[in-house]
Amino acid sequence: MAFWRLGIFSGIIAGLIWAPVWHVIITVGLIISSGISIELQLGPALLTGILVGGLTVIKKVENKLITLIIGSSLTFFSLILFSIGKPFGSELLVYQGPIFIATSLFSVITFFSINNSVGTLNFGLVKKYFLEAFYARLVWGLGLVFLILIVVIPFYVMLMTSLKNQQSLLKNPLDLSIDLTSSPGKLFNSYIELFVEYDFLTLLLNSAFVSIVTVIITLLFSIPGAYAVAKLRFPARQWFSGSILMIYLIPAIILVIPLYSVFSQLGLRNSLLGLCIVYPATTIPVALYMLKGYFSGLPSELDDAGLMDGLTRWQIIIKISIPLAIPAIASVALYVFMIAWNEFLFAFMFLDDIKIFTLSRGIVSLNSTEVPRQHLMAASVVATVPVLFIFLWFEKFLVSGLTSGSVKG
Amino acid sequence: MNAGTKKNITGALARRERRLAFGLLLPTFLLVLAIVLFPLFANFWISFKPISLADLRPPTIFVKERIKGKFNDLQEPIKIEYRFRNSSIKYALSDVVFKDDLPQGVEVVEIGKECNVSKLSGVETVVCELGNVAPKERGKIELKVLSSSSTQKESFTETRVISSFTAKNVLTSLDFTLENYSKVFSSSEFISVLKATIYYTFFGTAGALILGLFAAQIISKAFPGRAIVRGFLLFPYVAPVIAVAFSWVILFDPFSGSVNAMLIELGVSEKPINFFGKRAISFSFLGLQMSFPLALTMVIIFEVWRYFPLSFLFILARMQSIPSDLYEAAEMDGATPFQQFWYLSIPHIIGILAVLFLLRFIWTFNKFDDIFLLTGGNAGTRTFTVNVYEQAFAISNLGAGAAVAVVIFMFLLVFSILFIKFTPKDES
Repeated sequence: MAFWRLGIFSGIIAGLIWAPVWHVIITVGLIISSGISIELQLGPALLTGILVGGLTVIKKVENKLITLIIGSSLTFFSLILFSIGKPFGSELLVYQGPIFIATSLFSVITFFSINNSVGTLNFGLVKKYFLEAFYARLVWGLGLVFLILIVVIPFYVMLMTSLKNQQSLLKNPLDLSIDLTSSPGKLFNSYIELFVEYDFLTLLLNSAFVSIVTVIITLLFSIPGAYAVAKLRFPARQWFSGSILMIYLIPAIILVIPLYSVFSQLGLRNSLLGLCIVYPATTIPVALYMLKGYFSGLPSELDDAGLMDGLTRWQIIIKISIPLAIPAIASVALYVFMIAWNEFLFAFMFLDDIKIFTLSRGIVSLNSTEVPRQHLMAASVVATVPVLFIFLWFEKFLVSGLTSGSVKG
Repeated sequence: MNAGTKKNITGALARRERRLAFGLLLPTFLLVLAIVLFPLFANFWISFKPISLADLRPPTIFVKERIKGKFNDLQEPIKIEYRFRNSSIKYALSDVVFKDDLPQGVEVVEIGKECNVSKLSGVETVVCELGNVAPKERGKIELKVLSSSSTQKESFTETRVISSFTAKNVLTSLDFTLENYSKVFSSSEFISVLKATIYYTFFGTAGALILGLFAAQIISKAFPGRAIVRGFLLFPYVAPVIAVAFSWVILFDPFSGSVNAMLIELGVSEKPINFFGKRAISFSFLGLQMSFPLALTMVIIFEVWRYFPLSFLFILARMQSIPSDLYEAAEMDGATPFQQFWYLSIPHIIGILAVLFLLRFIWTFNKFDDIFLLTGGNAGTRTFTVNVYEQAFAISNLGAGAAVAVVIFMFLLVFSILFIKFTPKDES
């Protein structure tokens, strides 16, 4: 008989995977949130996993809450038992505050994960379908945890580093906890210094200015253009809409040398005006392509009706097409804003004068040994927060913008 | 109304429509012409020219005026000295002329042969024609004047010296060279750059696509908080590259980075690893000595991390458009989750996967910011795009940089042709 087709085997597998995974994650979490030094030992966690995983398939209780309470307590006590009262490292005992919290958290979350993966599996032989469904659930859960962790960690480190001071960073790079009892002035020290000493308000305003101007110019150029490509008949129309796509495959890096040379000689290089010319040129093809798709979806009968009523084409664009395309225009505007705000290469190449730095350019100049890294991270937070805020606020628009226009990036 | 006039009317309408269309597209066309197509052409031009970063500062003539003499003695002539210098160390200036107005009431007594004095609307002006001035050449021209009682030293210097000249513009001159290309292709670096580019592009694209597919598979299942997680997974792509790149650099820093401290703390590694600075780790496997390109791998991992959200978004959108009754039917037939994925989901998303792979391949190939910010192109991570910057701005050889850019453009041309050829019609 194939032992791997037994339900109990699946339960043990789930336990053997989930218990150490959560043990490592919680150990790391404990280290960075409290600064305590802990050595990792997986033995007790593995034993707990085997025991709890095995028991999960044996006995079923109907009520979910009761299952969770019983299972978690079981996990809790078996971990303490197997680790002889020292669930996280040999130094600390279970009744010490943070360790107690960590152990409880471990128990609930581990049992929850195991139980969800195991699902309705029983002790005995399992059909192929249910066995595969079990592994699919296991991988699904692990995948979700993995994805969330890889996205969270860099942002978490960015935020926490920005709130620390030089001394504690050097003393213990692992201690990413923040001392909430210290005064806000001390906590936000890096931010205060950025705005007072490095004049980040100007940088913020410069970035906002360039991005907004780019959005306006892009819309002014691309709305009529997209309308023409979508609705009007003219020779070379196919060719035109095809070449838009081609243009957006051309990278900035092969344009930068000629633009640098010519803009230097014209005196446009070290100026925000220069950026306000270059950025729209790189975003208009994308915007035009996105809007073209939307305009083609609008029924032509509306335009014809407008023409019959004696409207000119301009009036049709302004009174009929634009109001109907507001969602598309909003997503284009947000997408273009995001591109302009995040743009690095041209800002880096063009701007020399600290007064007209954009945020990207300013942050690069902070990346030196003289500037402490919590300032660099605080600056990164300052640059990131507006985009993430806009993104969360208008997520629906931006997501549709991303999918309709951008395989670029 | 006969057929002829009808045709004329529709013809006139069509003409008007055509004119309008061209009118609406003209601004876009002009801007793209100026900022994208012209530079593309100019890049070819520059790649054949011996031009360095310093040549961009246009050569000019500097003229300085000096006054020597006593102003209280009206008999003694005052000496005016014009010192001139060509600012360029490489290019000659021709037709160099400078002019300076003299104060009222002074009388020129001695003047060099290059200069003469002309009187224009009551003001006496010295005009000196220097002709050609060689690179780095400097010289002086003297002139003696008798001053009137009211003249002060300041009245000489307060009028500015105005100079004019014609200089060869390095950008528009007709000097050409093939040296840039021979430098790019013959250097031993070329092969290593090509290799790094291929690794980076292929593994970066494939990794992001696979992780994106994985993420889409996970999010396509309903669970509490799905909408939040979905938005959250897009953060790496939405955040400014500069912010996330620097937080990675700090996270993996060998001296004060959390990852290294954690690896040591947990006993995984004995001493800190310079993730973004170490070219390769050598190790032996089955008796074979092998090396693992560490920095390049880290850069690829960053690329995968940052761009998987994009693939994820596209694949998810495609997956959610698959009718759910297909899955219900498959469930009824007893298809396992893996079979459902393989025989149901994959055939539906294979088209978008192909398009995404090609487009992302091109864009990963074009990527500059990420590598530049993470490693600066050091430790075996120099791709073609970083090499453009390196040649043009770090070594200050604009011509060589442009030559690398031309190589990139050639690759892109090939990729786009492949792209057009292999794109399924319905997925574009």
